[in-house]
Amino acid sequence: MAQNTRTAPAGTPTDVTQDHVKGGIGESTLRPDGTLKVTGEFAYSSDMWHEDMLWGQTLRSTVAHAEIVSIDISEAVAMSGVYAVLTYDDLPAEVKNYGLEIQDTPVLAHGKVRHHGEPVALVAADHPETARRAAAKIRIEYRELPVVTDEASALAADAPLIHEGRDDHHSGHVPHPNIVHRQPIVRGDVAEARKRADVIVEGEYVFGMQDQAFLGPESGLAVPSEDGGVDLYVATQWLHSDLKQIAPVLGLPEEKVRMTLSGVGGAFGGREDISMQIHACLLALRTGKPVKIVYNRFESFFGHVHRHPAKLHYEHGATKDGKLTHLKARIVLDGGAYASASPAVVGNASSLGAGPYVVDDVEIEAVALYTNNPPCGAMRGFGAVQACFAYEAQMDKLAAKLGMDPVEFRRLNAMEQGTLMPTGQVVDSPAPVAELLRRVKARPLPPERQWETAGQGADVRALPGGLSNTTHGEGVVRGVGYAVGIKNVGFSEGFDDYSTARVVLQLINGEPVAMVHTAMAEVGQGGVTVHAQIARTELGVTQVTIHPADTQVGSAGSTSASRQTYMTGGAVKNTCEAVREKVLEIGRRKNGSYHPAWATAELLLEGGKVVTDGGEVLATLADVLEGEDVIDIELEFRHRPTVPFDLRTGQGDGHVQYTFAAHRAVVEVDTELGLVKVIELATAQDVGKALNPLSVVGQIQGGTTQGLGVAVMEEIIVDPKTAKVRNPSFTDYLIPTILDTPTIPVDVLELADHNAPYGLRGIGEAPTLSSTPAVLAAIRNATGLELNKTPVRPEALTGTL
Amino acid sequence: MRVNFTVNGRPQEADDVWEGESLLYVLRERLGLPGSKNACEQGECGSCTVRLDGVPVCSCLVAAGQVEGREVVTVEGLAEFAKDRTEHGGCASGACGTTLDQAKRWEAKPTQDSQTGEGVELSPIQQAFIDAGAVQCGFCTPGLLIAADELLERNGSPSDQDIREALSGNLCRCTGYEKILDAVRLAAARQGEAV
Repeated sequence: MAQNTRTAPAGTPTDVTQDHVKGGIGESTLRPDGTLKVTGEFAYSSDMWHEDMLWGQTLRSTVAHAEIVSIDISEAVAMSGVYAVLTYDDLPAEVKNYGLEIQDTPVLAHGKVRHHGEPVALVAADHPETARRAAAKIRIEYRELPVVTDEASALAADAPLIHEGRDDHHSGHVPHPNIVHRQPIVRGDVAEARKRADVIVEGEYVFGMQDQAFLGPESGLAVPSEDGGVDLYVATQWLHSDLKQIAPVLGLPEEKVRMTLSGVGGAFGGREDISMQIHACLLALRTGKPVKIVYNRFESFFGHVHRHPAKLHYEHGATKDGKLTHLKARIVLDGGAYASASPAVVGNASSLGAGPYVVDDVEIEAVALYTNNPPCGAMRGFGAVQACFAYEAQMDKLAAKLGMDPVEFRRLNAMEQGTLMPTGQVVDSPAPVAELLRRVKARPLPPERQWETAGQGADVRALPGGLSNTTHGEGVVRGVGYAVGIKNVGFSEGFDDYSTARVVLQLINGEPVAMVHTAMAEVGQGGVTVHAQIARTELGVTQVTIHPADTQVGSAGSTSASRQTYMTGGAVKNTCEAVREKVLEIGRRKNGSYHPAWATAELLLEGGKVVTDGGEVLATLADVLEGEDVIDIELEFRHRPTVPFDLRTGQGDGHVQYTFAAHRAVVEVDTELGLVKVIELATAQDVGKALNPLSVVGQIQGGTTQGLGVAVMEEIIVDPKTAKVRNPSFTDYLIPTILDTPTIPVDVLELADHNAPYGLRGIGEAPTLSSTPAVLAAIRNATGLELNKTPVRPEALTGTL
Repeated sequence: MRVNFTVNGRPQEADDVWEGESLLYVLRERLGLPGSKNACEQGECGSCTVRLDGVPVCSCLVAAGQVEGREVVTVEGLAEFAKDRTEHGGCASGACGTTLDQAKRWEAKPTQDSQTGEGVELSPIQQAFIDAGAVQCGFCTPGLLIAADELLERNGSPSDQDIREALSGNLCRCTGYEKILDAVRLAAARQGEAV
């Protein structure tokens, strides 16, 4: 490998060593990067700095659908301080598109733009403001085209095709070229089952477009190297997926694009797609200088895909004793202008569309559209989140119609281990749906009139409207709502999902030290904490060094789909076991003749020693490793295989593992002003095994809060006439503050899944599912309104719109 | 233009500053202090919060020229700032905020005990954030630390609603805020014990 002769940029990640006597799995070990993060020394991708670096700026389309008539860069190029201006014509390779599954996304627009904010040109300059001003001097003439914004306009007889000449692997089975992917799930006989129903409820539900709103903006630094390649420091969720998309459009072999994970300021699905990676590399290779790109918040709203907005039509039936008879559902997801993760979102929405319930007769159809709206893709819980919002509203409607308690009705129909999914897959590990509901319901409710303080009247901070001081309790009513959801863990539908871990064991100053090297994206979830815990548990060491994540080691897969502790945690465990075998092999060679247990007993590494399962110490790790070569092993780890869903019936063992969470929301609503205050969001979740209980609770509370956000405030608003985004800022796109967020008591169950490492269950996404419908149910309970749309805005509660 | 001001007790001089640059940009890109974060650059998220003559401000909304001759404390200087405050008797003695004398004694600690920075002397609020699990991605952390430290400076035993009000200008997307509340409660309790 040709080394770069430049000095390493400021902010280059380094090894981090953590020394803990305790700190194996099951302990609430603290983050190895915690001190760096509280002192401001932890370097995020936007903190990268190189002495002669330039700043990159992207020019994005101001219209959603248009032909590009002309681009004039002459004024921009002529500006002092500008080093390069690039357009489509400057792309160096044959390959000019990228994409996660379908390579339909142009690096820079070619002749046409398909959504508001699509990248058209790039500028590199010596100051970010110079780059911004130069970009503003690029003159683009557009000839606007009619916009496709919903199902009707996408499938109309004269609908413009968003992508002409599709030849991707879904194009053959979709009913229209403006449909990315369609997945039906058909099981049993719905027509027959419908006859058994004593009650039937229908609903039309609308789920708004949510933004991941990670706080660390898309950013990174590309440094050109003397071998014609590039070193890229970037915040992403999956280094190797990026690499596979970046190298071809640069016209470089993958080994000449060396990627290192820089500090990641949150992700939530929004960094699964490429943002500035290719652009920074193009500018660096063109100018021969390091190029840094940092989006501001406005650009970030255009720089990543969002959660699919959805329209969901549901029909359920039930017998009068409260048993579900059938389900018919149609789920239409708006994928926007490019495919991104749309096919997987369709797979999840359809296969999980019945929720965690026993229902034998099912017809579900899910489609994702191509439109001129902003591209949508991965976000925490994707596909399952939208479906959960709809089926949980249906459960409440059914319970109400039957005169049953909503929790009792759910428990009556709750799936359990052994239940068949609508895909025909058996749920073969614990599915404590009824128990999770029981637990959230059994919690005492927060006191009535909780805003009253002893002797001092109302604390407005505890009331709807908060510091706006809009009520002291007048017009405020309380509601309570419940919801439960099901999410898959890991990559499904036959994807070869694997992770790689390299573990090095050696003596440093006489002490055994394990180094863990993976390409896992630490995005804040605490994967690095867990890796160190696993190494301690498996190798009996105290000191563990976490090597920076880069592409010098095999792929870890994505930090998404609740998979990373399962997969890269599993990979670290798996490689540690191989390292342990190697240690024991050396030990047997060196000491085997001194003690028969070396040959006969089950041996473990504990507390820096080789011990028998009976606890007898055979040797110290230091003695075994003394004078030996460093043990250095890299291995891949796979979860059990899955299969694609049948394209006609949706049958197939498509998922790896299921995960469940339930919520109880308590809200107070100012019915005069339509303001909602969520008072408490109690949750219960089965995590299989909590490798780090502190981090587990943190994940659950964080996921719950993102669900709360979409219930009452979060939505990217797209103008239906122009397909332009109207609120790309934190002033207009609101995410919950600490005053909007209630207490979130968490009840953690640990029912092992014996297929998974340590019995663990992926946890990140499940709490985001049921949080939203629980809040909606509580607001319905408080107001008596139907409320079929997220987010619930004041006008929906006061009827003033 | 040239801007002269004090950062974490040390006189600083930034040259060639363009008039439109923010204090945040000057700290991050000209002074090598990227601890203050750039999550929104429009004053909504609080990730860039610093103390300006003792007052918490969004440094993205402060024009660099406005800090001429003034004192700034960033997350990089928080531990020393808090230590100085404790040693000078805390708020009751009227020693709140950084006087020029105090600030001038600040020095960056050149060495750390290990690569994780463990063993570094932290302010109570920094330690509490680690201990309570209030740090996930950590991008909101520097701003929250400055804001929470300022809260505890003026209110040693805040109620939960006081904490929520004081931190309501600081967005966090990872934690759901519960463990941030835990951290502030923990720091307040430890501060109470120490008195």
